[in-house]
Amino acid sequence: MTIRLMAALAAALSTLIFAPIASAEDAPKEIKIATEGAYAPWNFTTSDGKLDGLEIELANDLCARMKVKCTIVAQDWDGLIPSLKVGKFDVIMASMFITPKRLETIDFTQPYAVDPSGFAVAKDSELGKLGMSADKFKLDDEASAKDAIEKLKPLLKGKVVGVQAATTNLDFLKTYFADTVEIREYKTTEQHDLDLAAGRIDALFAQRTALAATLAKPEFEEYTIAGPGFVGGVFGLGTGAGVRKEDTKLKEMLNTAIDGAIADGTIKRISEKWVHSDVTPVK
Amino acid sequence: MIDFRFFLEIIPQLLAGLPLTLELAGTSILLGLVLALALALAQQGGNPLAVWPIRLFVAIFRGTPLLVQIFLIYYGLGQFRPFLKEIGLWWLFREPYWCAILALTLNTGAYGSEILRGAIRNVPRGLPEAASALGMSRLLTLRFIVLPLALRAAIPAYGNEVILMVKGTSLASIITLMEVTGIAQGLISQSYRAIEVFVAAGAIYLVLNFTIVRALHALEIRLTPYRSR
Amino acid sequence: MLDKLHLLGFGEGGWGAALLGAALMTLVLSLLGFLLGAVFGSLGAAGRLSKNRLPRALAAGYSTIFRGVPDLLTIYLFYYGGSIALTALANLFGATGFVGLPALATGVMAIGVVSGAYQAEVYRGAYLAVERGQFDASKALALSRYQSLLLVVLPQLIRHAIPGLGNVWQLVLKDSALISVIGLVELMRQSQIGAGSTREPFLFYIAAAVLYFIIAGLTDLTFRAAEARSWRGIAR
Repeated sequence: MTIRLMAALAAALSTLIFAPIASAEDAPKEIKIATEGAYAPWNFTTSDGKLDGLEIELANDLCARMKVKCTIVAQDWDGLIPSLKVGKFDVIMASMFITPKRLETIDFTQPYAVDPSGFAVAKDSELGKLGMSADKFKLDDEASAKDAIEKLKPLLKGKVVGVQAATTNLDFLKTYFADTVEIREYKTTEQHDLDLAAGRIDALFAQRTALAATLAKPEFEEYTIAGPGFVGGVFGLGTGAGVRKEDTKLKEMLNTAIDGAIADGTIKRISEKWVHSDVTPVK
Repeated sequence: MIDFRFFLEIIPQLLAGLPLTLELAGTSILLGLVLALALALAQQGGNPLAVWPIRLFVAIFRGTPLLVQIFLIYYGLGQFRPFLKEIGLWWLFREPYWCAILALTLNTGAYGSEILRGAIRNVPRGLPEAASALGMSRLLTLRFIVLPLALRAAIPAYGNEVILMVKGTSLASIITLMEVTGIAQGLISQSYRAIEVFVAAGAIYLVLNFTIVRALHALEIRLTPYRSR
Repeated sequence: MLDKLHLLGFGEGGWGAALLGAALMTLVLSLLGFLLGAVFGSLGAAGRLSKNRLPRALAAGYSTIFRGVPDLLTIYLFYYGGSIALTALANLFGATGFVGLPALATGVMAIGVVSGAYQAEVYRGAYLAVERGQFDASKALALSRYQSLLLVVLPQLIRHAIPGLGNVWQLVLKDSALISVIGLVELMRQSQIGAGSTREPFLFYIAAAVLYFIIAGLTDLTFRAAEARSWRGIAR
């Protein structure tokens, strides 16, 4: 092997290692946005295979504001972050909470929604009799959150709770309820819905808007969202759009677009249409 | 390049799933062996009323993926809760653990019965004939002549089936049972370090399989003292 | 139950076409995976039969690892690890940016690697089953090493390999259902989608089982016919 060839190889290797995947500073003209497509009403797949939901409508709105051509694709939940990292797409909009742990790997825009998580249980269970409380507890405010959690514990003692794997909802249960309930992890929320309907699990823990959509179906007549909602802490800052760390320009563009959508009431309008409540983040 | 600290971190987490993997594999292999033996013996008489339903059962469980069988038993039968409650079987189908055991047992029972049926068929004809010439009943012949020879001859083929079952327990993670593969998947989706986790989890399975192969080999030699190796 | 059968039909709201299309995807996935496995398997068998220690050890390691580790774990390896490795490889050859690895390619790769480990054993056994006299005879006929391999050994090797390959194919077909976990819409995944959307899991998984059973049965007949054909004119 000649020295020149070796030098060329070394140069190629070093670009491989040090060069960012996409050039960071140019404003992109075309981007690919990924969603899960299985988390109604935020994002879901219709029976003819199209993606729809709150985040699809919001994504299209943001793209129009940024004057960028967008394609929206579906990707399984647990493959979203790895695929973003290797460049399969440029943005994640999949009800993903901005958490410190995820921020180690990727970057996020400012939150475009804040949506508390909570339990769904049978109406005639101890917790179910309490009904849904409008209270939202910020986990960062330790004293009041701890109080709320301690109040819930006796009502959930020994219950089997279904939750989607690799989510902050699972982190929440593991952090605060590991000694109280039996946690079952599911690959998709549809699977824990089926098991709730089958009576294998006693409760679900998820974002309350998603629970509301599930419970609206006839086979869940006997179930209700119960107890307070939780935000902050392990749930991070809210729901944001995930981007690669080096794509600073794209992040900036998305942040400006989200500012616009918050200011002119677009997020309020879209969220009231899809989830029947206003999830606009309070600045 | 290789981050040993990461390995030290994940190996205990993966090993926490090993008891469940062993329980699932052990229970279903033992129950499956009983089922396989029963199915193989029931076909010996040649009674078509016994043979054809068994053939159908075996064909169905060998002709469809284990994953479909697990989903059918878990999510599919979950739909019939009122009926299963009425006949007193809901306790079984309520628990993912028992659903996994049931699916794995039926699956390995079907494959195992074919192995044992072949082994019984391959016992030299002269032996049972000699036994009956000595006045041994059919049952005695089966118990003391045919089965010992057949079971011993079946060990290598059955060993492969045991390994396949150990691998099959990984599918239990899809119905919420967090055994070694389930934990591995969780670790990958948190750390995005697929290769390291694969190496660590794979090593656990390889050690397990190696132990099983060795044990069965020792058993085979022990049961064949006259054959010098 | 029977009143729900229209869900599997081809009319309005029927999933029949979707399921059949997905069954076709299962067949394509299995076939490509099996063929890729034949490549890995031949290399593996050649390694096992080599006179050099290194290829022998590599091939034995390959065969042992992928036959001993759960297929699901191997699939996760390629799903999460595959794209990253492929991108690095492509960048090395001058392509910039990310090389997308669609679910089908990931699935074919995973099935190819796993089935290759099994096929290696089949090819090795078949090679050893070819009578030694055949090698001597081709030497006596002054055939080159390449000629004797291609004209004498290979046709006989295939004959011995067909039954074993039939078993590996059945394994591949059933393994292909596991590719559903990485999001490729093959038969298993499509049944899951249908089950989730109609809330009729029993019906959809029965339908999937029936379709798998039919595919397994028909392809098994093909292998048997091939086996019979390969032994034409040979006294056994």
